[in-house]
Amino acid sequence: MNKIFEKGGKLHWLHSTVDAFETFLHVPGTVTLKGAHVRDAIDLKRILIIVIVAAAPAALFGMWNVGYQHSLAIGNTGIDILGNFWYGFLKVLPLYVVSYVVGLGIEFAASQIRGEEVSEGFLVSGFFIPLIVPVDIPLWMLAIAVAFAVIFGKEVFGGTGMNIWNPALLTRAFLFFSYPNQMSGSNCWISLRPGETPVDGFTGATPLALDGAQAQYGTGFWDMFIGTVPGSVGETSVIAILIGAIILIWTGVASWKIMAGTVIGALAVGLIGDLAGISKVPCYMQLIYGGFAFGAVFMATDPVTSAQTECGKWIYGILIGALCLMVRLFNPGYVEGMMLAILFANSFAPLIDHIVVNSHISRKAKRLNAA
Amino acid sequence: MSTTIVLKKGLNIPISGEAELRVSKAIAPGIVAVCPPDFKGILPRLLVKEGDPVLCGSPVIADKKNPDILLTSPVSGTVKELVRGDKRKLLTVLIEADDEQKYVDFGPKDVERMDAEEVRQALLQAGMWPWIVQRPYGIVANPKDTPRDIFVSAFSTAPLAPDYGFCLGEKIKEIQAAVSALAKLTSGKVHVSVCADTPGQAEFAKLQNAEIHSFKGKHPAGNVGVQISNIAPIRKGDIVWTLSLLGLASIGELLLKGKCNFRRKVAVCGPMAIQPSYIDTLPGMPLKQLAPFYGDRPDGIRFISGDVLSGRNAGVDGYLGFFDNQVTLIREGVDKELLGWARPLRYKQYSRDHSYFSWLMPWRKYDMDTNLHGGQRAFLMNDGYYAKVLPMDIYPVYLTKACLAGDIDKMEQFGIYEVLPEDLAVCEFIDPSKNNIQDIIAQGIDLMLKEMA
Repeated sequence: MNKIFEKGGKLHWLHSTVDAFETFLHVPGTVTLKGAHVRDAIDLKRILIIVIVAAAPAALFGMWNVGYQHSLAIGNTGIDILGNFWYGFLKVLPLYVVSYVVGLGIEFAASQIRGEEVSEGFLVSGFFIPLIVPVDIPLWMLAIAVAFAVIFGKEVFGGTGMNIWNPALLTRAFLFFSYPNQMSGSNCWISLRPGETPVDGFTGATPLALDGAQAQYGTGFWDMFIGTVPGSVGETSVIAILIGAIILIWTGVASWKIMAGTVIGALAVGLIGDLAGISKVPCYMQLIYGGFAFGAVFMATDPVTSAQTECGKWIYGILIGALCLMVRLFNPGYVEGMMLAILFANSFAPLIDHIVVNSHISRKAKRLNAA
Repeated sequence: MSTTIVLKKGLNIPISGEAELRVSKAIAPGIVAVCPPDFKGILPRLLVKEGDPVLCGSPVIADKKNPDILLTSPVSGTVKELVRGDKRKLLTVLIEADDEQKYVDFGPKDVERMDAEEVRQALLQAGMWPWIVQRPYGIVANPKDTPRDIFVSAFSTAPLAPDYGFCLGEKIKEIQAAVSALAKLTSGKVHVSVCADTPGQAEFAKLQNAEIHSFKGKHPAGNVGVQISNIAPIRKGDIVWTLSLLGLASIGELLLKGKCNFRRKVAVCGPMAIQPSYIDTLPGMPLKQLAPFYGDRPDGIRFISGDVLSGRNAGVDGYLGFFDNQVTLIREGVDKELLGWARPLRYKQYSRDHSYFSWLMPWRKYDMDTNLHGGQRAFLMNDGYYAKVLPMDIYPVYLTKACLAGDIDKMEQFGIYEVLPEDLAVCEFIDPSKNNIQDIIAQGIDLMLKEMA
């Protein structure tokens, strides 16, 4: 690194930023000073890039789906895969630019203030944020929400690794409560160019809001499984998300226990709903509706904000699944409960761990003293 | 023999340069160093001046708190130099060896007839006491204590660790004598842990006056701390003692023959070692004497007295540690690697993590260097990620964080009494956040020592 970026140099205020770009290009030549003299080749950049690779199918499908929904809305039923993708790509790209510029800008500044290297955490959060918001969200709203989530959700706690809530979901929650008109209903999920109007009888409401009612697209199992329905950019395709889940579980980056727990919790409450006659759809359909799959695979498994202990992961996962379905089935106000369920479970993860660890300690003490 | 304890957690680090099972050289060093910092918990008080003659077995340093504990000279010769560091801290006593070695005669003992006090005195006098390391904290044992048990690991699973059967198999008589003597010092038993798969271990499994445990597993299964935790964990207030097999051989020789012999077979290994093999030498040997193993070009090589995980960076001007029977030579990894983490394969680097593919090729060995492979970050992966390589009933990240916070109560709860930094070395190796976990644990232990004193 050039001397002017070192301490005392003229451009020292750019130190963290320059360091971030430099270490992005190549692994630095720093050697071990204390402890183990050799280290595993793994680093956080690698782990986080795996998450992005895993989410890429969902992102690419989401872009295509934005174009596809647009074509449907204006009554264009021809098959034009590339055209649809290009339309969606141009719509989603600004979301990415805003998410990364605002989020990384704050992250770089905060790292410089703390005198640390820039942590890679926001590369993943910034990749997720455009995937969990409606495509038509005004960019200024997104910018404010990202700034809020990064500053108050992360930096005030001490940066990546110290945060309590998932920053991406916090962004969405901020939008959800601050600008509810842009975040729900039947207009926000379909993007239209200025001057375009939907064809008669078209509704852009998500299947979850319609609850299987009449819609121009199918709401059958396969439509939802493949993902050709309106919704947040990345959440619609269960197939794409499952590809991501396989990558995450194979590499061990995300916990399969959390994913399995979430599914179990959701099925349990869904089954109760079915038996009690509250739910209009069979419980397994709940798993492919809305943001459930995306949340279970990518949001709930964030290693920082999820439960730490192996037993705690099961409890945490089941809590998310159960809560999500409870909101969906028993709460008339909100149609979707995944975001709130995960944020709620994030808040409780430390408590879950505390109980698991303490009961382990007291069990161990009892065993040792008996011996 | 009892049943085999199988430890599923752990990781063998596939580093290249294993020492061939032959003694390629016997080195009689001209200068030998006695280094008080090798002995944790000892405050050195000098007993010699520059120019004083010493015999092999003469006291050189005593402990200030416990004047009975002596460090003795491993050679006969003349005290050449006292090396001090900051605040006049005594670092090294250099002793120039005579051509002909003379020994202090302590007289052979009849081990069967000795009582505990006699054993204690014999070990203290001859400077054999510092072989005994106390748990918790890993300090030199206090002679006034009666330990709950004594634990010995008869094998090592550390990277490139020497083969104990090859090194010490011929000293089985001495080891037996030491075990019998030490059994008198404890209210419990002497526990000896052997490795279930290694044929050279059969000798050690036949030891009398000891309870034999058989272990099977990857590193750190050979660490005595891990073995204690799986045999009879240390509770608050417990004191147990641990010894290395090397120490038993020395102690046994003292008891049987009446003289101090610290000679040992030392594995010179690592990717930078030329024809890695064993040498026969003394502790305190200058590492410069290993010139044939590094081709006389020490630049860019790290000289580690011990193994690559928990050994000490001694430098080419350093000395072989008292407790060590391994010297590892690895390359300093100062070069930058273009797009390292972004390459899908990264064929030449080892990673346990499944986001690379090296775990699919368990037969490969790697020329590892000292590169950190990343920048330091906050803990991001959760506890289970680290617990996969720690075969103990504790939560490694919780313990580490308690040490970082300096919270004594929490450290106690999370098991600080059971661990030494070396036990969490593999956790440190695999940490993607590149935290110095061993150093954090060591600081936690220092804090405990200070608070509990």
